[in-house]
Amino acid sequence: MLEPHGDCGPHGAWFALMIFYILRRLLFLPLTLFGISLLIFLMIGFLGPYQRLATFINSPERLKGADVDKLVELYGLNDPLIIQYGRWLKNVLRGNLGWSYVGKEPVLSAILKRFPYTLELTLFAAIPIIFLGTSLGVLAALNHNKPLDHGLRIFAVVGWSFPDFVFGLFVLMIFYGTLGWFPPGNLSVWAEEIVKSPHFRNFTGMLTLDALLNGRFDVFLDALRHLAGPVLTLTYVEFAFLLRITRSSMLEVLRKEYVRTARAKGLDERVVIHKHAKRNALIPVATVSGQTVIGLLAGTVIVETIFNRTGLGSFIALASQQLDYASIMGGSLFFGLILVIGNLCVDLSYALIDPRVRLE
Amino acid sequence: MREETRKALRRLFSNASGVLGVVLLGLFVIVALFAPLLAPPKPGRDPYFMPVVTWSADPLPPSREHPFGVAGKRDIFYGVVWGTRTAFRIGILVTLASTAIGLFVGSLAGYFGRILDEILMRVTDVFMAIPFLVAAMVLTTVLGTGLDKVMIALIVFSWMYPARLIRGNILQVKEEQFILAAKSLGVSDTLIILRHVLPNAIFPVLIQASMRMGSLVITAAALSFLGLGAPQGYADWGALLNYARNWMLGGYGATFKYWYMIAFPGGAMVLFVLAWNLLGDALRDAFDPRLRW
Repeated sequence: MLEPHGDCGPHGAWFALMIFYILRRLLFLPLTLFGISLLIFLMIGFLGPYQRLATFINSPERLKGADVDKLVELYGLNDPLIIQYGRWLKNVLRGNLGWSYVGKEPVLSAILKRFPYTLELTLFAAIPIIFLGTSLGVLAALNHNKPLDHGLRIFAVVGWSFPDFVFGLFVLMIFYGTLGWFPPGNLSVWAEEIVKSPHFRNFTGMLTLDALLNGRFDVFLDALRHLAGPVLTLTYVEFAFLLRITRSSMLEVLRKEYVRTARAKGLDERVVIHKHAKRNALIPVATVSGQTVIGLLAGTVIVETIFNRTGLGSFIALASQQLDYASIMGGSLFFGLILVIGNLCVDLSYALIDPRVRLE
Repeated sequence: MREETRKALRRLFSNASGVLGVVLLGLFVIVALFAPLLAPPKPGRDPYFMPVVTWSADPLPPSREHPFGVAGKRDIFYGVVWGTRTAFRIGILVTLASTAIGLFVGSLAGYFGRILDEILMRVTDVFMAIPFLVAAMVLTTVLGTGLDKVMIALIVFSWMYPARLIRGNILQVKEEQFILAAKSLGVSDTLIILRHVLPNAIFPVLIQASMRMGSLVITAAALSFLGLGAPQGYADWGALLNYARNWMLGGYGATFKYWYMIAFPGGAMVLFVLAWNLLGDALRDAFDPRLRW
């Protein structure tokens, strides 16, 4: 774990430590991924052999007219768990995650088709969260213990206490059910027809970006309208933590000697705050922002379900409701992979932007 | 009581939001304790299951007979009152169990260090790698429905947070003079951990437990909301909100008249979580003024 640390030490030594730290983290990456796969497999190990069969079949044709007992035998589902795990892992590494009953296609292609939607939602939510969290955090710190500070604090702690499904239902009730502004789903029916037509090319799988690249501004606006509700929900529920970190980081920096020196020099207060204080205060905020964005991916399970959106989050929720074990395993494995790699990137970039971090 | 503790308690009760948190929690405790009086169950029935009060699936607005209205054929007031007990039960049991496991693992890792520490920390990495809600969802699905299954799933995926915290604290405390003194006197490791190390690291754990209480109750309710946690008809705030979901998607222009389906169970949830968050905040301010925000 990284923690801010006072003295930097000689530059060369820091560089060597940095290399060592990166190598160590990269070395542990496959180990962690291996651990995740083991954990998920052990959980599924609670199931009987027939339920587990689903995770091996990669198309329903194979079940047609087949003797299920023979299939259980064929896939060795009565073997010791360790052997079964090895076999499953081999399949996973080949990209065979089984047949998704919910998606009516192989699990891997179901996941890859849905992931861009979830990523798009996450990125759109990240913009207001980071912007509001940091700017309101700075504002609160500059008005320390004044009414504005207290007001923001209350606003934030209430947002933090709002479960996303409660706030999401309110948003749906007000902005869809009453005002009709932000409809649920990913696209309106007319826009969906355009996207599915052969003239529309899928570049990224993200609807807004693809619409712009195809020059369909109307589809772009429609996709935005459908994103607004979930983005609003995620923003209010998630921005509080960032506000809090920014505020305390800013307060700490404002008490530092160099800020006092800058003020004593007679520098303009705006220059002191924006050039001296804010830049340093935002360093720890950068990591937390990264972690928040990664955390948002998990938040999509609820939000996508409430707003009836297609995506990885609603996919895994639906798979759990319908006991589609192949999709559950594949989906959670994918979530774990994204999270581990994302966190690694955040930690490494943090170590790079702030030379004061202690590399443990 | 130590002087320091007394001072911290005084700080806690001079903090407006801390007092608000304690008062809110007190109200919830009263509702939970007096549930049989506030919403009398039918004799001979399991009181934790909300009785069916109408035959039509349509929700009914608040009335004299059903002060919070009717959702999914069940009385919302009854569900909110008995759901308070469910929330407390999940929050307290899961927090206690996960903190106990976390204390044990964290103490081992922090005190003995080296290879054991490395292994245990990599294990926590793995458990923290899958998002909490997703992990709990998978385990609940595999174990089957029921509140006990939900609690097991939540415990399995939340012991890492107190474990990490206690490990960090022990690493700090371990270097203190009085521990080294006890060691050189030949006091056994177990006794050092129990008598000297843990008491000095316990307040951060309590503060974290209070802060985690909210997110645990939210996650449990989220599972019920998705139809995975509590069985059909169980008095649970998340399950009540689940009834509201389809009516909100029903079509535009018509949903606002169903406001009571969200407002009452949702309001109870928000206030419950808010109470724990306020208390946790105030506890931290009181016991660790350096972290005040």
